[in-house]
Amino acid sequence: MLAMVVCLPLLRPQSSERVTVGQPQKVAGKRNDAVETKIPVSILDGYHVNSNTPSDEYLIPLKVTWTSLGALEGGQVTYPKAEKITVGDQTLSVFTGKFDLAVNFKISPKAPAGPGIATGKLGFQACNNKMCFPPKSVEFNVPYQVQ
Amino acid sequence: MSFLRVSAAIATALLLGVIQEGCSTGPTTVRAASVKDDKDRHPAPDFALKDADGKTVHLADYKGKVVLLDFWATWCGPCRIEIPWFEEIERTRKDKGLEVLGVSMDDNGWEDVKPFLAQMKVNYRVVIGDDTTAQKYGGVDSLPTTFLIDKQGKIAAIHIGLDGGRKDFEDGVDALLREDDAPVNAGNGGVPPAVAAAKQ
Repeated sequence: MLAMVVCLPLLRPQSSERVTVGQPQKVAGKRNDAVETKIPVSILDGYHVNSNTPSDEYLIPLKVTWTSLGALEGGQVTYPKAEKITVGDQTLSVFTGKFDLAVNFKISPKAPAGPGIATGKLGFQACNNKMCFPPKSVEFNVPYQVQ
Repeated sequence: MSFLRVSAAIATALLLGVIQEGCSTGPTTVRAASVKDDKDRHPAPDFALKDADGKTVHLADYKGKVVLLDFWATWCGPCRIEIPWFEEIERTRKDKGLEVLGVSMDDNGWEDVKPFLAQMKVNYRVVIGDDTTAQKYGGVDSLPTTFLIDKQGKIAAIHIGLDGGRKDFEDGVDALLREDDAPVNAGNGGVPPAVAAAKQ
């Protein structure tokens, strides 16, 4: 029994950060201005995440959700062009490597002047050609300055 | 640092090394040829999980059977590749004493799993897993993770990921089916000896 308890945790594969989210660029502008930022995303070599439009209804897409926009409005995300890869007999729509997610905001007409932070989450589900890992989400901040 | 502390640190390091070596099945695929010797097998932890009909399934229900226990999810592409293998393995070996049991790790449970099973025409029993069960089996951090459990309720092989292929599963299952049946212990309430030992 002791051996089982001790051994089973060692059966886990070595884990590392398969997906990392970099710091988005700070946005700045006056009330009613349209502003844009980029969220840098990096996928570890040998891994992929489903694109924002997976090839199958059961697959979990890469998706940005906003938890707080602060003085910003909108937050529409433009995702990069997906790659097609084949795993077994399945053709998958995925992202690999490094890419940016472009995000468009409008500064609220009632925004108070000064700094602020919008917060969001990047949800994803990563795999390689042999195995998949549970869905995760990573939080990120977009700093802004209302002039 | 005192001599005693240095000695303790070295002893701890050696002990961990021995334990790791003793657990050397590792995260890589276990090939059928290396289905563990009986002395190296550990009891498969029992669980109580619901199947599609709402019935509670215990691993102990499968006493005397070889069990292919597959942790999977609908969102896992490699898992989907294995499902037809397991359907065929179940179909051709069920009457010889094999049971395939799928443990879905889908957060949405049957809402996602039932239509998926219908679409894939899955012919074996599936239950919805939970974190408690996954932790008992080492965390199951990646899918698919498949355990071959012998007739005595002991883990004989572990496959993590898609490496190895269908034949490895077939060879492993066939090797376990050829093993002698476990002696029945009438005094343990019907629980296989290995699983009963795990509960103590």
